[in-house]
Amino acid sequence: MSYRVQVRVMPRAGLLDPQGQAVEHALAALGFAGTADVRIGRAIELDVAAATADEAEARARQMCDRLLANPVTEDYELVVERPA
Amino acid sequence: MTRVAVVRFPGSNCDLDALRAAELVGAGASFVWHRDTTLGGADVVLLPGGFSYGDYLRSGAIARFSPIMAAVQRHAAEGGPVLGICNGFQILCEAHLLPGALMRNAGLTFVSRPVPVTIERTDTPFTSAYAAGTLLQLPVAHGEGRFTASEDVARMLEAEGRVVLRYAQGDPAAPPGNPNGSAHDIAGICSAEGNVVGIMPHPERVVTPLLGSDEGLGFFRSFMTAARGAAA
Repeated sequence: MSYRVQVRVMPRAGLLDPQGQAVEHALAALGFAGTADVRIGRAIELDVAAATADEAEARARQMCDRLLANPVTEDYELVVERPA
Repeated sequence: MTRVAVVRFPGSNCDLDALRAAELVGAGASFVWHRDTTLGGADVVLLPGGFSYGDYLRSGAIARFSPIMAAVQRHAAEGGPVLGICNGFQILCEAHLLPGALMRNAGLTFVSRPVPVTIERTDTPFTSAYAAGTLLQLPVAHGEGRFTASEDVARMLEAEGRVVLRYAQGDPAAPPGNPNGSAHDIAGICSAEGNVVGIMPHPERVVTPLLGSDEGLGFFRSFMTAARGAAA
């Protein structure tokens, strides 16, 4: 069985996110008032072969810890969807 | 003869400069491909600058899993000198051979210009040819060079004297010396034992007056002295 996993990787809170700042300034320049704290991360989707959703989540966490996110600068969240 | 291995990853682009710099100080230098599994008996390992694997995901994140990196890890664990320059520094951080990480420059732009840096530590295999406090002008060329670490790690690096190279304010009227927003103006650090060094500036680009300066040559002269010392 294979599960679709959605991974969301974000720069750790408190770390400078210059991409987010630049986009925030661009939004203000376009006249979108009232936008604040824009932060830019990364979304990764993948199919993970596993017998259960728990196993798929455990495997995806290992992938995040080893490669998909940098524990020094990023936090991640993941969602295991129904079998693909 | 001191043997130097310059590791080539797909996307390395300062590999030839690093090789030539090593040859210039009299080392026997050769390239090692990222798929190789041994360093061919090298005494010194250089991880050159560039954009390994297109910098996909994060700079250095994929290169650190190249087959050759197991040999680099062993070499480092045995006390062998390893210098990562720019992308090489990013790879060393991703490989946990050095602490911290290098993030997108604070100003967002790719910065390519000479910057003033001071030599903060001289008992490493790559900085022993310099006097402490020496002010150098070294070129930087990177989009992701903002050294970032938790405050605990940054404090530890300072307390243990592991900041090897620091951005300096040469001319007060010049633009800020720190080109990327690095914590503590850090331009380069070393491992606890001092044998693994990572720096963002490119000393291999200033090794002969023909290139405008030879202020970077000391990084390469240093390991020649260190290697001779170890052999004696």
